[in-house]
Amino acid sequence: MSKDAAAAVNRPGQHPEPRVSHARNLHGMGWGFFVKLLVMAVINALGISIIMSAINVEAWVILGASVVLLVVADVVYFTKRAMPLKYMLPGLVFLFVFQIFTLGYTGYVAFTNYGTGHAGNEQQAVDAALIQAEHRVPDSVSYPLAVVRDGDTIGFAINDDGFVEVGTAEDPLAPVNGAAVDASGTPTEVPGWEIVPRSDLFSDQDLQDTVVNLRVPVSDDAEDGSIRTREGQTGAIYKSTMEWDPDAQTLTDTETGTVYEASASGNFVAEDGTMLPTGWVVTVGFDNFQRAVTDTALAGPLLEVTLWTFAFAILTVLTSFGLGLLFAMIYNDQRVKGRKFIRTLFILPYAFPAFMSALLWRGMLNKEFGVINDLFFFGADINWLGDEWLARFAILWVNLWLSYPYWFLVCTGALQALSGETMEAAKIDGAGRWRQFRSITLPLLMVSTAPLAIASFAFNFNNFTIIYMLTEGGPAFPGTSGLGSTDILISAIYKISGVSGGVADYGLASALSIIVFVIVGIISAVAFRQTRKLEEI
Amino acid sequence: MSEQTVKVARRSPTRRSRWWAEVGWKYPLAAIIAFYAIFPLVYVLSASLSESGTLTGSSNLFSDISFANYQALGETTFWTWVGNTLIVGGATAVGAVLMGAAAAYAFSRFRFKGRRPGLTTLLIVQMFPQTVAFVSVFLLLTALGNVAPALGINSKIALICVYLGGALGANTFLMYGFFNSIPKEMDEAAKIDGATHAQIYWRLIMPLVTPILAVVALLAFISAFGDFILAKIVLVSPDQWTLAVGMYQWVSNQLTSNWGLFAAGAVVASLPVLALFLALQKYIVGGLTAGSVKG
Repeated sequence: MSKDAAAAVNRPGQHPEPRVSHARNLHGMGWGFFVKLLVMAVINALGISIIMSAINVEAWVILGASVVLLVVADVVYFTKRAMPLKYMLPGLVFLFVFQIFTLGYTGYVAFTNYGTGHAGNEQQAVDAALIQAEHRVPDSVSYPLAVVRDGDTIGFAINDDGFVEVGTAEDPLAPVNGAAVDASGTPTEVPGWEIVPRSDLFSDQDLQDTVVNLRVPVSDDAEDGSIRTREGQTGAIYKSTMEWDPDAQTLTDTETGTVYEASASGNFVAEDGTMLPTGWVVTVGFDNFQRAVTDTALAGPLLEVTLWTFAFAILTVLTSFGLGLLFAMIYNDQRVKGRKFIRTLFILPYAFPAFMSALLWRGMLNKEFGVINDLFFFGADINWLGDEWLARFAILWVNLWLSYPYWFLVCTGALQALSGETMEAAKIDGAGRWRQFRSITLPLLMVSTAPLAIASFAFNFNNFTIIYMLTEGGPAFPGTSGLGSTDILISAIYKISGVSGGVADYGLASALSIIVFVIVGIISAVAFRQTRKLEEI
Repeated sequence: MSEQTVKVARRSPTRRSRWWAEVGWKYPLAAIIAFYAIFPLVYVLSASLSESGTLTGSSNLFSDISFANYQALGETTFWTWVGNTLIVGGATAVGAVLMGAAAAYAFSRFRFKGRRPGLTTLLIVQMFPQTVAFVSVFLLLTALGNVAPALGINSKIALICVYLGGALGANTFLMYGFFNSIPKEMDEAAKIDGATHAQIYWRLIMPLVTPILAVVALLAFISAFGDFILAKIVLVSPDQWTLAVGMYQWVSNQLTSNWGLFAAGAVVASLPVLALFLALQKYIVGGLTAGSVKG
């Protein structure tokens, strides 16, 4: 019911409303409709600004996606139909862009050589090669130069023997009339342009970078080279020693005569095998997957990492489940007094945020100053986190500390839900304690806890936080893989991907992500069937 | 302990020894377990109160009491991180609740083409954790950042969007079941009384499902609070970091000298969580088992 409508009807001195459906009553839906209009206006404004900016930076995929999303949003919210979609669209948009797309994109990247040295398309690689091979033309004159701007556009004004010429990255140099120069020949006034003071160059790092990277073509013909400056005061003509032949797909070094040919692997390769540093992204089939198992530097460590991932996940679930169940059985006893207090103490680690636990234990297990060594091992220098096996043990120990309370809670709840009559009957039938546990308690308990155990396994399989916060995957394996003996698959992927800096290999990292997805998918599928089976008990 | 049991057994052979064998031993054991559970927490409190603020000497528990570390927090970006964490976690919680509830309502109340496949797809999608696809999340945000910096790397808004991408898969099922438990006759009655779709949803259904909204909000907040890998990839500069990223940085660089800061920060950040947890203990225990134990 709408309060507004009711109020309108009851207000004295007003005409009574005609008896139409409240849904059509303008007073009833009025403010809701205006809120919707307002929200849609904001969304359209945001969408259009993204579209404009996508056109600006020539991001065609993003442009296409945002146009489609905006049109869909407008259609869905301004038609009378598509009721379910009105409710689901916001969630669906986020789901598609940030979950389903990323999953799919992982699948695509896994089959490419995307990474350091292979980041753009072929044209970008050619441009990079041309710029890289750019040198100042020997014995060329240097022109007095001033940096000029028009809004956001930065350009150069040079004094070519008394004639001032202005150009930007897009527009080649062209003479201007009415410019003034000072005694040293530097342009001081250029009609249509604002001179950027030299002090701005010193104080603004971004501007400095822009100026140093700015290349103003001398003429429409790229062969003529371009004006560049090092310090913003004088400019000189730079020419590339590389020549690009689009028909033959070759780059030729005009100085040495070397011909670099575009190869199928996304590189420019000379006959003698030398390669230009910048390549481009190409699909490489199953190369990444193959590399994961055959590359001599990588295959061994990756196999160990995989084994440890399984061991870590399985052992974590077994130990914490086991300990939690044990404690739950011991203290699920009416005769123990103060059970509530005991229970609260037991589950305190669960209330401490997991990532802080890992960091806290990292300090506690420190070799020289850690409290564990100091108090419990008489000040010995046990290298808990630096030794291969001790580090693995430490990780399991810490994970046990922070996850047994969960199982303690779950098992306590499940035990209390078991029917006392069944146990009574078993006792009367003469079943011993062990027999009761094995044949009655455990199977009944498994019905409710098995799905949680499998979920816990899947969670720990990708438990990046505890591994990275406690040991960062170390101690490192010998060799160049960069991986360590406590790395699990996801932390190995993190290191290989190079998203945190260093050499990036998005292709290989994505291929490994796909493998993790397959494993997790299989486990989930098996778990799904298994829980059905268990329920039949 | 066994020695003690034997002694007691000699003194009064029947009832006393049976009590020890059946119940009594559980108390000393409880003390041992409680020590295992609590020692790290006591230690972090002691380290936060120590004057030196380094790892060296932090093993002498409560040897000095000073609030120097807590004061020093003010000179760092710690409180900025707390603010960032609250912003990211809060926005994620609100967004997840709004979007999840709307989707669950649609699945529960409307019959439309693609409803069952939609539910199945959600079930399958949520099996694949977003965190494993972090490489493409990084690449996507890098590309988006060129178009709209607010959606790019080093933006909290981008991180919230990434978290919200996982919201529908994780929460719709939880809410779907709860929405189904509210009789359909209620909204039909409201419809006959002339309520609009929006009125039924906002004024009738939402108040009835408040408990599940609170649960989903809490879950979303906790997962945003605890997430490390995505936050570390997305948030680059120290003034944008969340607590997880910032405190990791403290401990990973110069663990020894930042230890007091870390300990004080950990106490400050975990106290509200601890208090909330203890206050809600009854519900959390119930909630954990409610999902798992079948009638």
